[in-house]
Amino acid sequence: MKTLEKTSSGLRLDFNGVWGYDAAPEDTGHVTIAAQYELFIGGNFVPPVSGNYFPSVNPANEQTLSMIAEAGAADVDKAVSAARVAFETWSKLPGSERGKYLFRIARLIQERAREFAIIESLDGGKPIRESRDVDVPLVAAHFFYYAGWADKLEYAFPGRSPKPIGVAGQIIPWNFPLLMAAWKIAPALAAGNTVVLKPAEATSITAMKLAELFRDAGLPAGVVNIVTGAGATGAAIVNHPGIDKIAFTGSTTVGKRIMSTLAGTSKRYTLELGGKGANIIFEDAPLDQAVEGIVNAIFFNQGHVCCAGSRLFVQEGIADRVVQKLKDRLETLIVGDPLDKNTDVGAINSKMQYDKIQEYLKIGLEEGAEMYQAPCELPSKGYWCKPTLFTNVAQSSRIVQEEIFGPVLTIQTFRTPEEAIEKANNTPYGLSAGVWTDKGSKIFKMTGKLRAGVIWANTFNKFDATSPFGGYKESGVGREGGLHGLYPYVKF
Amino acid sequence: MSLDFSTTIPIDSVGVEERVARFNTRSIKKESKNFALRLALSMVDLTTLEGMDSPGKVRQLCRKAVNPLPGRDDIPRVGAVCVYPNFVAIAKKELLGTGVNVASVATAFPSGHATLESKIEEVKFCVSEGADEIDMVISRGRFLQGEYNFTFDEVAAIKDACGPAHLKVILETGELHTLENVRKASDISMAAGADFIKTSTGKVTPSATQPVTLVMLEAIRDHYYATGKKIGMKPAGGIRDSKTALRYLVMVKETLGADWLNPHLFRFGASVLANDLLMQIIKLETGVYGSADYYSKD
Repeated sequence: MKTLEKTSSGLRLDFNGVWGYDAAPEDTGHVTIAAQYELFIGGNFVPPVSGNYFPSVNPANEQTLSMIAEAGAADVDKAVSAARVAFETWSKLPGSERGKYLFRIARLIQERAREFAIIESLDGGKPIRESRDVDVPLVAAHFFYYAGWADKLEYAFPGRSPKPIGVAGQIIPWNFPLLMAAWKIAPALAAGNTVVLKPAEATSITAMKLAELFRDAGLPAGVVNIVTGAGATGAAIVNHPGIDKIAFTGSTTVGKRIMSTLAGTSKRYTLELGGKGANIIFEDAPLDQAVEGIVNAIFFNQGHVCCAGSRLFVQEGIADRVVQKLKDRLETLIVGDPLDKNTDVGAINSKMQYDKIQEYLKIGLEEGAEMYQAPCELPSKGYWCKPTLFTNVAQSSRIVQEEIFGPVLTIQTFRTPEEAIEKANNTPYGLSAGVWTDKGSKIFKMTGKLRAGVIWANTFNKFDATSPFGGYKESGVGREGGLHGLYPYVKF
Repeated sequence: MSLDFSTTIPIDSVGVEERVARFNTRSIKKESKNFALRLALSMVDLTTLEGMDSPGKVRQLCRKAVNPLPGRDDIPRVGAVCVYPNFVAIAKKELLGTGVNVASVATAFPSGHATLESKIEEVKFCVSEGADEIDMVISRGRFLQGEYNFTFDEVAAIKDACGPAHLKVILETGELHTLENVRKASDISMAAGADFIKTSTGKVTPSATQPVTLVMLEAIRDHYYATGKKIGMKPAGGIRDSKTALRYLVMVKETLGADWLNPHLFRFGASVLANDLLMQIIKLETGVYGSADYYSKD
């Protein structure tokens, strides 16, 4: 039924006035963050050889939360040695025993869920609603899931006998600090490997809290070692001869560098890199739900999501209506204090990322695109970006081609499914895509032709521990999650 | 605006439920809660629609509507009192000049099984007795048979019979079953002249639900985008406590915005809700829950 004209009326709704929500900040009284965090090596918290520490900043108010140890090559060497020693016993434990530790870790995470959620939001800027309802529950789910596999590996690989690889060097990003640690640690441990993990320098605190939790869980010393630091620390892990496998999640630039470093070595690797996901809306889609999907695809975690739906493709006949609805929807997004339970969009993770996003907004305008930003007020301190739409963009625009990793959506139109597929695939990336249509056959036709590792139909940004995740093309190598996530951690 | 009702607007029920769950995470505290509780009270259509209703019961309800908490003039009166046609005159006498409207169910409520002639006559009777608002039911049987033009014509004829009275169209969503049907019935009713669309009679389970209400609010939004006309919304039945009522208000606020946050464009069809709202308002003031016996049961 066409109750609406093809073109938008231009009428807008008023979302101000009469009734607003009072601040509903999460209570932080029960959370402790140490003034300084050391390295977690061989089951002990030890200071870095260099004696150097760097600040971890709350991006919502620019205040330093804690000082974090900077691990150098000597510290990484100690961590790898500890992991090698631990590997001798850990890899020989019966799978059911390894599973017990993982189940215990999962339960402890659930018990301390609120504490982890709050620190994740404090240190990373993401809304408490997300860290509480998405990140931390998924962290527990990943440990539960791989705990279950620990004593069933021979069933995971029928007719073969899987063996652990050795010591895994794992380097994780700042957008989902705890979740990425769980994605990497859980399958590695389940399969009998030991780990040297490096969190991103902007978000180390929850990783160190996780180290405390591992110690509380009685995890044998050296099974997981956590070394904090920046790129140099990561490079020391990648280059260390005692490492058997590298698992990296981060930018495509660094991923390429790691791949070339590892070329010709016997080290295995999996890489989860950037993305520029296409979110494709057909005119027969459930439009109001699709608008929610667009919002969730690009504004979830401030757009700091490698699989974000950052390129919107709307069928031409409904483009004006969708943009009209989207603009009204943007007005109801609450941007601000990440610890407020009503906040939808939190702080940009760091000064560095803030500058990068601002640079892209400038590039978009210089390229002649039309920018629309949600009319919200931003806090005076901290790093913030209004939810942003760009229309009148070209396929060749840099804001369409390059990953911005912020709350910035480009909007393009298409007329036929073929055109949508061609434009969606016309990117060096291939991590995610979304298809919105009420027609099942169209979903399968589209998903078969889209070159992306994860494709959602009539939804977006859904994650599950049982489901593999990974990219095509420059979005990465290998899969994490699900049964597929065990492969990188076993040899036959 | 097209009046072709033969095609269907797709609704994804999983997405609707997700959106509702998201609304329900909104935390309403302190002054924002106090404001919302009072606003909700002013939107209540105090309703009695029982076979055992009597003039005395209706008069009691009217007193409660005008002065929900005796001795407290700052507590708002409710939006309307909703009764069967034969009680309209009694209610009108009680409510004249108070600002509380008289609403009457009509058109062979709740089944809708009667001739159009008798429905029109019933509506005209209610209006002549003083009803400010008419709550009609659509003929769900004909709608489910795909006779959408019948539904349109029926609503249009009743609207015509309403004269100056406001028309609320009850879709009885519990009998329509799919969200697509809810959307279609909403669109037809609005196109045919409804001033309000309303979920339920309260006589069928389920009555109002959040997903159904959200789909209707979105239909109202699209109608506004297309025509500039603001149609009202009334979820009815099943909204028994303040927490649920506030969740509905969050949906209205974030779907339609500030213009709909008043009794002219949003109502709750409920009876026990009023007392729970009063209890919560007093709880905010005193910090303690009083006994339910402090609030009159009407």
